[in-house]
Amino acid sequence: MKVRVIDEKCQGHGRCYALAPELFESDDLGNAVVCGDGTVAPGQEDDARLAADNCPEFAIEILES
Amino acid sequence: MTTTEPTTPTSWADDYDIFDKGYVADPFPIWDDLRGSCPISHTERWGGSWLPTRYEDVSAIAHDTVHFSSKEVLVTPAPVPEDGQEQEMIIQLGGEVAAPPITSDPPEHQWARRLILPMFAPRAVEKYEPITRELCRELVAELVAAGKGDAAVGYSQQIPVRIIAKMLGIPETMSETFTQWVRGALELGATDPEIRQESFKEIVTYLFEEVTKRKEHPGDDILSELLAAEVDGAPVPDFHVIGTGVLILVAGIDTTWSAIGSALWHLATHPEDRRRLVAEPEIMPLAVEELLRAYSPVTMARLVKEDVEVQGCPMREGDRVLLNFPAANRDPEVFERPDEVILDRAKNRHIAFGAGIHRCAGSNLARMELRVAIEEFLAAAPEFSLEEGAEVTWAGGQVRGPRCLPVVFG
Repeated sequence: MKVRVIDEKCQGHGRCYALAPELFESDDLGNAVVCGDGTVAPGQEDDARLAADNCPEFAIEILES
Repeated sequence: MTTTEPTTPTSWADDYDIFDKGYVADPFPIWDDLRGSCPISHTERWGGSWLPTRYEDVSAIAHDTVHFSSKEVLVTPAPVPEDGQEQEMIIQLGGEVAAPPITSDPPEHQWARRLILPMFAPRAVEKYEPITRELCRELVAELVAAGKGDAAVGYSQQIPVRIIAKMLGIPETMSETFTQWVRGALELGATDPEIRQESFKEIVTYLFEEVTKRKEHPGDDILSELLAAEVDGAPVPDFHVIGTGVLILVAGIDTTWSAIGSALWHLATHPEDRRRLVAEPEIMPLAVEELLRAYSPVTMARLVKEDVEVQGCPMREGDRVLLNFPAANRDPEVFERPDEVILDRAKNRHIAFGAGIHRCAGSNLARMELRVAIEEFLAAAPEFSLEEGAEVTWAGGQVRGPRCLPVVFG
């Protein structure tokens, strides 16, 4: 599983990096970026879904492999 | 507009009153009715406005910067300035003092927001967590020692104002004055144009002096940073720096203090949630979002830029529309059991901080303050409840939250 932030939609609500800090971090402006290449380690799938389900801008995409 | 005591509305669909005492204390059943019967209601009161209550509509309007302008974001119209006074200020400062970027439309919005976002990004906010924690500890210790106290005035109200003062490089001794100004601008001033105008004037005059001082002696603070910033190779004009100062001062105090107060009200009245939060501190990040959802403090306004029809409602240029984020966050179409606080709610796309390009720039700061304020209150006072017989009072309109919250400990 991988996560991706859709930059055009992200408004920097910061919910993903507050709730799933191992998958997302903030850039200098507060917008979200994925950690590393966005790979979700085994056991972190629920956190990935949590981040997506809390984004008011629908800016987080989960790519199931 | 009138400042006389308004009568209770006979119909919430076409005569709502956001300052009605019953509505301020408990707006939730009214929103539930409206969502089903008239999802965008209208009133002639307080200068006239539209009030959407469904999440989908509120979010759509917040995202639509083509038809809706942020030039006026307060829920009641601006008072008409006295002759010449405003003009004098504009000439002196080289432009009109607004509150950018909250009052900016694109394209100004983009650079005005970019200017302040780094100051409120998580890394910048982190620096203020230790002093926030220390402050909360001192405040709650004092209340607990007394055995009872006002968790609104004695705790919630004291926190954000001091952190904002620190960020602006202004002495903490100004806290009381700031609180008065901000209440004058947003709360008391919402229904009293004179108080509102006077409060804004005092804030602008004060910031003008502070900006003048910073030009001579720059410090490690937001105003100095804004003065040193450049946009397209030119310094940011003074009226813009002052305007952004107005925004930071006015938007960062009343709002967060209201969120803290509402959270403590909930925990005082729901012992099972309070005990759960004490026992399971790991759910705190989710609980903070859930409390923000259930007790969203802020309603913002937009002005219709060009005629548009929304859900059959003919909105005309210049009409005011209230972005009812608190009602949107209780919409059963989007949230399961919306009127219940579920501390570890997993699906929670709440828009307490707005949506779209005007998402609250200070949300990371607000979230940190709210989290730390709850953590430290519970650490010192795991058991507390409302004081029997004492009255809880609420403010509403632009910002909803308790203004008097008498609690007893143990």
